Amino acid sequence: MNIDHFKPAIVYTIYIASTPEKIWEALTTAEFSRKYFSGNAVEVDLKIGGAYVMRSPDGSVHISGEVIECVSPRRLTVTFNVNWPALIEKLGPTLVTYEIEPAGDVVKLTLIQSHDRPISDDILSGGRQGWPAILSSLKSLLETGEALIIKMAPPQQMLEALKQMGIATP
Amino acid sequence: MRKPEFVYVTYIETTPEKLWEALTSSEFSRRYWFNTDVKSDWKVGSPFALVMNGTTTDVGEILEADPPRRLSYTFQHVTNEEARKQQPSKVVFTIEPYGKLVKLTLTHEGFAEGNKHLDGISKGWPAILSSLKSMLESGTALAIPPSALGIEGFA
Repeated sequence: MNIDHFKPAIVYTIYIASTPEKIWEALTTAEFSRKYFSGNAVEVDLKIGGAYVMRSPDGSVHISGEVIECVSPRRLTVTFNVNWPALIEKLGPTLVTYEIEPAGDVVKLTLIQSHDRPISDDILSGGRQGWPAILSSLKSLLETGEALIIKMAPPQQMLEALKQMGIATP
Repeated sequence: MRKPEFVYVTYIETTPEKLWEALTSSEFSRRYWFNTDVKSDWKVGSPFALVMNGTTTDVGEILEADPPRRLSYTFQHVTNEEARKQQPSKVVFTIEPYGKLVKLTLTHEGFAEGNKHLDGISKGWPAILSSLKSMLESGTALAIPPSALGIEGFA
């Protein structure tokens, strides 16, 4: 898949007292993701073209995609499509990139959510709300051993925008 | 088109009071803010300054101080002549209890047209606030080398 025409819409950087290898493991294994990613389990076949799936706690597929870039433990790009009917048709695919860079004795983790077309602020409010919570919790998990419990509902402005576009949400 | 601004949200396992203290006490800020003192008496209308390793880098005026919920100040970089001529921008910290956690929202806004500091500010705040979170949760701030931020003139 050619990703040259995707542009970053959300960028979130966080510094973590950990190693690139541990952060890579936290981003790619269900054992970790269940703790910091709202109970969701990541399953990824770590090679270009490999499947990427995020399962809800009930086992259903919440997000599905494929691996686009995979340079362990530095860079992982996947398509990251929420499993709502008509979402891809109306909004195009979502691309998520994790960049992992050493910064002295700590690690700089940058999350980039990209799209191949302009996306409204209402739709982007979901990612703008969600990523800081997920990555704050990931940082706590790696630094203190305990993830954060951050309960949140999808932003109302996003749900309304999706509804208006004819995208059904559960 | 979104206004030129930088918004950063993080969730911290702490209390609003401890977070307020960390934002307004040099004893704490030196540990997580690249050895920077935060100087003010934190009263509306009072002067504010950031002093890094003994050099004043930024100045402003307190606009709002509602402990432990909301703090805002004007913000002007003063390390060179060009920066001193620019109109000040505005920093707002919002502290909200979130379950057993605290949600911290930093908004840095009000950049005048042509203000060159938005890029540096966008790179600086994530490092400062990541280190602040570590300090409050684990007791140890992060030792991030300034050069890792990729800000011109900050190394």
